[in-house]
Amino acid sequence: MKIVCCLKQVPDAKNVRLDPKTNTLSREGVQSIMNPYDRHALEEGVRLKEKYGGTVVALSMGPPQAEEMLREAIACGADEAVLVSDRAFAGSDTWATTYTLTMAIKAIDGCDLVLCGKQAIDGDTAQVGPGLAHRLDFAYASYVRKVHSIQDNALLLQRMMDDGYDELKVALPALLTVVKEINEPRVPSLKGKMRAKKAEVRRLDAAAIGADPACLGLAGSPTKVFKVFAPELRGDRTMLAGTVHEQASQLAAILHSLQ
Amino acid sequence: MLKIDAEKCIGCGVCEAQCAFGAIEVVAGVAVVNDKCTLCGTCVDNCEVGALAIDAAAQGATVDLAAYAGVWVFAEYRHGALAPVALELLGVGRKIADRKGVSLSAVLLGDGLANQAATLIAHGADTVYQVESPALGNFNDEPYANILEDLIREHKPEIVLAGATAIGRSFIPKVATALGAGLTADCTDLDVGEDGNLLQTRPAFGGNIMATIVCPDTRPQMATVRPLVMKAAAWDGSRTGRVVELDPKHQRLASRVEVLSSVLSDQDRVNLSEANIVVAGGRGLDNEKGFALIRELADLLGGAVAASRAAVDAGWIGYPHQVGQTGKTVAPKVYICCGISGAIQHLVGMRSAETIIAINKDPNAPIFDVATYGVVGDLFEVLPKLIDSLRAQKA
Repeated sequence: MKIVCCLKQVPDAKNVRLDPKTNTLSREGVQSIMNPYDRHALEEGVRLKEKYGGTVVALSMGPPQAEEMLREAIACGADEAVLVSDRAFAGSDTWATTYTLTMAIKAIDGCDLVLCGKQAIDGDTAQVGPGLAHRLDFAYASYVRKVHSIQDNALLLQRMMDDGYDELKVALPALLTVVKEINEPRVPSLKGKMRAKKAEVRRLDAAAIGADPACLGLAGSPTKVFKVFAPELRGDRTMLAGTVHEQASQLAAILHSLQ
Repeated sequence: MLKIDAEKCIGCGVCEAQCAFGAIEVVAGVAVVNDKCTLCGTCVDNCEVGALAIDAAAQGATVDLAAYAGVWVFAEYRHGALAPVALELLGVGRKIADRKGVSLSAVLLGDGLANQAATLIAHGADTVYQVESPALGNFNDEPYANILEDLIREHKPEIVLAGATAIGRSFIPKVATALGAGLTADCTDLDVGEDGNLLQTRPAFGGNIMATIVCPDTRPQMATVRPLVMKAAAWDGSRTGRVVELDPKHQRLASRVEVLSSVLSDQDRVNLSEANIVVAGGRGLDNEKGFALIRELADLLGGAVAASRAAVDAGWIGYPHQVGQTGKTVAPKVYICCGISGAIQHLVGMRSAETIIAINKDPNAPIFDVATYGVVGDLFEVLPKLIDSLRAQKA
């Protein structure tokens, strides 16, 4: 079984702080990390490989710097790493992204299973997984929190819903987006780190995946950013003073007035 | 491509400071862009000397824009009930439809739909497209997406809205991809621009910036909308509308995914995204027992219980309760955070709440930066007193 894990390099929000005065982002010391949800997708891919055999390909679309993250993926158990990178991809929305990833997966001769994190923490759209499944013509399930087993060429799994969960049987080839509950990602082993150092990260550009330039990047994206602005400041903060008892009764009165 | 006019650039560094992606650096007094640029446009808006521009290759419409008219909402129906967001979508959809002078339609898929179509009409729909089939009894991405895609191709609505719920966020992207339509996730504001295009505003980069998105060249314009943000239109039993029952082709109901069971679970049904009041606890609760206080307050207020990642990781409460970057995003009327310091990862999940009440021992905790009301104090003293006061109020 060939498993492709889609990984995105994102700015680490842990180090991002909002300047309360200007309400702008202070990105001092912000590093790029593997999208946290994608780490769980990678771990699930490696676990399925260990249980059922096969290979795990870590795939990323992003700037050349994403190579670092792909080496980390190899250290965590991926067998191969592929970076799809081209200036022509800049400004891609989820439609152009799923096109690019689809062409990349076809360029590496397809696969049986694609695993994605449920969403990336920078865009938060959760649209790439389902869109990619559609383009690949794969069955898919979102918000997967447990893969029970693979039987008769189908995955038995549990998907999280807003009001409970669904038990599903998903025919292969398939795509899953996973939530963090699905597993506890491993830390890279020393052997894995050694392997990652030596590993070759395959680079594919727009020409190598046979992409139609009209479908790429900003030009190929149906959604356009009209404007970007800072969220409104909450300038009306009230600190409640007095004894604990007074604070509690003020709070009770506020809650009463809000209901 | 981001174009930088070296003549105009004064090397002030504002663009470098505000770029969330670290894509601009001032080198020798002039801004330089690198490969990390996502063309988000923040720098263009913030450049006071107008030295930056995004060179959007002229694309032009790929479809006949004039052929598309009307506003549609997907009316989510599950386990025998309409999702509250369906009525909220009708509320905002009605406003948009009236401004554009077009009709508002709802798409209702499921099994055993009874009088749901009448409810949708009473809340603002002019037409309800209804498909009733055992194959649609449980939510299943493929048939849901196929049927909606077919209906859109046939009737050509200009705007299609769905709830940003587990269901909407799972199958709507498949529909949009199939149609080659632009889709904006998790919108918190919708408006109509001067040119008639739908202005779709959503939090980006974890809520630190807001982005307004347009889809000028493709149709329909599609968006998922965050629950609890829009106001539902009031029920009006005198409204009339048309119910169109459809019988889709058998193969469009088929799926490569079989739903073996669909389980309602109290443990999972924390209903965080649809609760009006959320009471959240964090590291300051010290242990599992601390959550008894949180639960008591939530029950008293008819609200839901949430937690920061620290409390979930400590095993004090289950993951379905987690709010923040790796948990859920909520936008209730009131969010009460107890013993939560306010790390950015938590703030991004709740900062859209209408009123935020923070109780924390540390007067410098960042949670107070986003709070509407703040109490500096020991939650183990404040909460029991608050619970007593609320009880007295009720009595």
